[in-house]
Amino acid sequence: MSVNEVQDNIIEEFSEFDDWMDKYNLLIDLGKELPAIDPRFKVKDYLIEGCQSKVWLYPEFSGNKISFTADSDAIITRGIVSLLIKILSGRTPDEIISSELYFIDRIGLRQNLSPTRSNGLLSMIRQMKLYAMAYKATGNRQPATGKTN
Amino acid sequence: MKNITDIRADFPLLGRKVYDKTLVYFDNGATTQKPQCVIDAVSEVFTTYNANIHRGVHAISDRASEEYENAREKVRSFINAAGREEIVFTSGTTGSINTIAFSFGERYIRTGDEIIVSHLEHHANIVPWQMLCERKGAILRVIPVNDNGEIIFEEYLKLLNSRTRIVAVTHVSNALGTILPVREIIDAAHSMNIPVMIDGAQGIQHGHVDVADMNCDFYVFSGHKIYAPTGTGVLYGKAKWLSELPPYQGGGDMVANVTFEKTTYNDLPFRFEAGTMNFAGAIGLGVALDYVLSIGIDTIEKREKELLDYATKMLSGIKEVKIYGNSERKIPIISFLVNNVHQYDTGMVLDKLGIAVRTGTHCAQPVMDRFGIGGTVRASMCFYNTKEEIDMLGTGIEKVISMFLK
Repeated sequence: MSVNEVQDNIIEEFSEFDDWMDKYNLLIDLGKELPAIDPRFKVKDYLIEGCQSKVWLYPEFSGNKISFTADSDAIITRGIVSLLIKILSGRTPDEIISSELYFIDRIGLRQNLSPTRSNGLLSMIRQMKLYAMAYKATGNRQPATGKTN
Repeated sequence: MKNITDIRADFPLLGRKVYDKTLVYFDNGATTQKPQCVIDAVSEVFTTYNANIHRGVHAISDRASEEYENAREKVRSFINAAGREEIVFTSGTTGSINTIAFSFGERYIRTGDEIIVSHLEHHANIVPWQMLCERKGAILRVIPVNDNGEIIFEEYLKLLNSRTRIVAVTHVSNALGTILPVREIIDAAHSMNIPVMIDGAQGIQHGHVDVADMNCDFYVFSGHKIYAPTGTGVLYGKAKWLSELPPYQGGGDMVANVTFEKTTYNDLPFRFEAGTMNFAGAIGLGVALDYVLSIGIDTIEKREKELLDYATKMLSGIKEVKIYGNSERKIPIISFLVNNVHQYDTGMVLDKLGIAVRTGTHCAQPVMDRFGIGGTVRASMCFYNTKEEIDMLGTGIEKVISMFLK
């Protein structure tokens, strides 16, 4: 499935719910499905600090693709993180770099990506794209020190 | 005396809905809502007498200047300062503290000198002093806090010494609600001739503040936390201090005479009011203080105590809730966590139920570190809140428990 097909599926899944609590319950469940990040990578080098919640993001470069594992200390944030992983993990650097994440707006979570919200999500997307750019520029090489700034 | 329905009707925003639900506004510690009379006063400035103050020879400039100075007199009277020259308008608490830290620091702080703050300070009463310490090679000393969220007074006394140049502490903790024993803090410092600045950001709106009686050397607060417009604030300083301090910012209106060789400064308080001031906001602040007096500070204290007691009892009754800050003397702030549920998750759910709380470290990270937590949910109330709203918070917390803990 393409990036946008995955996004469209998510939008459809959320469209069944009008009530915010149902949407949050879905996010809580999605958070539970998030593949666990190796505890070795749940460290400062892979931490994306927000003032409200924290996100850890670890990239793995293999072939021409980047896989991500991640976690967050807040459960609703973790649910949104799991959606981002679903959409962008296992993709080529070009797919990641050129992706436009419209689903966030469409499922009503736009505020969660506002720079003022500072929950780590906006930085997480930026970081995923930076990893993709770095990977594209340097070839098949795992970054040694975590975050690419 | 106004009943609560009439009081709430004074604040148009309180009647609005969010997500189709009645708004429960429990974020008064961050900013308070504005009564219609304040909104009207600011609007009146811009519709009928907007002109720059202290400059014009024309009618509307005179009117604006007069109203601005009336507002200063209202502030003076509200906090019982000795004279109008002791009341400097600023942009807010942060602006006031930066002014004092800079000006006092330039005049009095040398290498090795010490400045005392408490572990309860918000960042606005930490960072300006840290910047001063870095500039001057001075040392910041911190009064520790006990498990109830109160300062440990004996430890404070031990910190006072011949190198202490100023004590700068908060009147009330913004993160926990604790009211500090400011009178005792001031008396102890004064016995060693050390001046004291009290940060009234969370103090001014919740009780009587009489700077003469308190005998503080400086008292600062923000207008927007006492029902006035944003971008307004007050720096009260005893005239004997303000007259000693060099100005913080240079510019128009703060000067007496300017040549390229030498500039002489204007009298107090204008020396500390460089450039065009937020006169419309200051006029609004004067009206807000009139409004507070019309409700009555005793009434406000009584209502807020009832709300605090009711909320404390209700939240203490929920076994998953832990309250941070259990001092006997508190303003109506309740900082809490629901078991191990992240404060952001709790806040997100409450928000969608129409309940506005603050989550996070409340710009007071050291306080959170003291309790070994990453943040809390803070419900900060004021006299226009109701017990029904507290019940709604309780229902919201039960919802959080059912979503995250079951």
